[in-house]
Amino acid sequence: MSRLKILLEWWYSELKKIYGLWYLEILRYWREKSRIISSLIMPLLWLLVFGAGMRGMQLGGVTSYQTFMFPGILGMTLLFTSVWSGVSVIWDREFGFLKEILVAPVSRTSIVIGKALGSGTTALIQGTILLPLAFLVGVHLSPLSAAIILPLMVLISIGLVCIGLLIASIITSMEGFNFIMSLVVMPIFFTSGALFPLTSAPGWLRVFGYINPLTYGVDALRWATFGETMIIPVQFEILILLAYAICMVAICSYAFNIRK
Amino acid sequence: MQPKFAIETRELTKKYDALTAVDHLNIEIGYGEVFGLLGPNGAGKTTAISMLCTIINPTSGCAQVNGFDILKRPAEVRKSIGIVFQDPSIDGRLSGRENLQLHACLYDMPSTLTRRRIAEVLELVGLEDRADDRMKFYSGGMRRRLELARGLLHSPKVLFLDEPTLGLDPQTREHMWDYIENLAKEACMTIVLTTHYMEEAERLCNRVAIIDYGTIKVIDSPDNLKSTLKGDVISINSTEPEKLATKLTDLKIAPEAEFSDGTLRLTVPDADKLIPRLIEIATDIGVQVNSVSVHRPTLNDVFLHYTGREIRADEPESAMKMHMMMMRRK
Repeated sequence: MSRLKILLEWWYSELKKIYGLWYLEILRYWREKSRIISSLIMPLLWLLVFGAGMRGMQLGGVTSYQTFMFPGILGMTLLFTSVWSGVSVIWDREFGFLKEILVAPVSRTSIVIGKALGSGTTALIQGTILLPLAFLVGVHLSPLSAAIILPLMVLISIGLVCIGLLIASIITSMEGFNFIMSLVVMPIFFTSGALFPLTSAPGWLRVFGYINPLTYGVDALRWATFGETMIIPVQFEILILLAYAICMVAICSYAFNIRK
Repeated sequence: MQPKFAIETRELTKKYDALTAVDHLNIEIGYGEVFGLLGPNGAGKTTAISMLCTIINPTSGCAQVNGFDILKRPAEVRKSIGIVFQDPSIDGRLSGRENLQLHACLYDMPSTLTRRRIAEVLELVGLEDRADDRMKFYSGGMRRRLELARGLLHSPKVLFLDEPTLGLDPQTREHMWDYIENLAKEACMTIVLTTHYMEEAERLCNRVAIIDYGTIKVIDSPDNLKSTLKGDVISINSTEPEKLATKLTDLKIAPEAEFSDGTLRLTVPDADKLIPRLIEIATDIGVQVNSVSVHRPTLNDVFLHYTGREIRADEPESAMKMHMMMMRRK
């Protein structure tokens, strides 16, 4: 009985700490308004410029290319925002708050969860700002679609933040940043089926696509937008995303626990 | 029951490839002590503190902080300690109060206690008026003071200060020293500080460990360390130095007397007590004393004695990092 009580108290105190870490992420995001705006420029360029240029592309379906790519660009925004947020921990470790957090009596798992939920929330806000722009590219989002997209975005982000965190725990300086962008982030983006249907891609590309977790994220977003998936039924995609997020949080907690 | 020592290390060692940053460190620090790790940059001070704070693991050896093993019970160690890092560890986007509130949250402090303690520590470091400003508008000294306040917020048993006054102007440094002295006197807090400023170690510490290349050369109180050197040097300028020297040698007061240009130099254990006697003796034998000056050995002399070199008063090793941080925060 008393052991259960101790355990419950411990859980409660860790939950409070997770809340604190989540709140920290939100505060930081909110106070960097310029970042909010600048991070919207890239998706808009893709949608309105790249998308317009590719208008003539035939997809075999009824949707226009811009309509087709909209969920993909949502996924891209989540990818960039989340991985960046994870990687920025490198700075925090050198000059910032991370050291303070690491010497505090907080379990490493709580640190990762707090960070992932916080960044997930900021990615969610970022994506939500993009949603009303859907009409610009001919996507008609019903309130129901929007309501499904929102939690889906949080779920997708959590795993992506952890990719950033994992990179941050391996490389120790920002010099490797371009390396990360070209070796990790861009391949994830290009093989996720955000810009073209994977179903018509060559076999080798499809292999990369199917082992890429963002593929299922983008496809689930596509389902929420148009009502049908292109790869596997949506419930499996959500299961994959969920399992992936849990695995990544576990791996990151382990990586953070290694004291060099 | 309180453990015997606030900090106890046994052969604590940290190796990075070929470099041994901390080499078989053995220290015992009692409760209520202000203990200084004195050494040049790169001597292993920060590495030693990082191990005690459970940020990095030792390669070999062990240590206990507040009775808890740093490897087996890191959570308890973390609850027992407060730390002010050498490099900034605050978020400039948050206000001072928000930084403190987050700290309280991470240490699971009840909300009424949090409010009371935040008010207390802000008053201690004199930042009540600026508490609600974003910290990016703080000066370097104010940031440091807030970091000190934060380290104290959860009333830790042991406080680590890693170069607490590095890069601060003399006036702010003086204030920091006052705060730290008050903590030691009034709160009886165990404080471990690293520094490469001699005057800082001399002023604040009960005991000092001189550390170089990862090993401790000597541990003692600043006064004892200084007295292990031959002693104070008294220079007496008088009308007849030879006569005075002979008399003093006869009286066995100063066996090591040397003189040049009418100035007699004596190396003695305790100059303060001897000077009145010297004047008396000189007057008795009719020698007129023009001036007397005393050079006391400083910790700098001690450092030189034990390491064979001067302490390097370099620029902060984090100067480069600071620059990068400024670039980023812009």
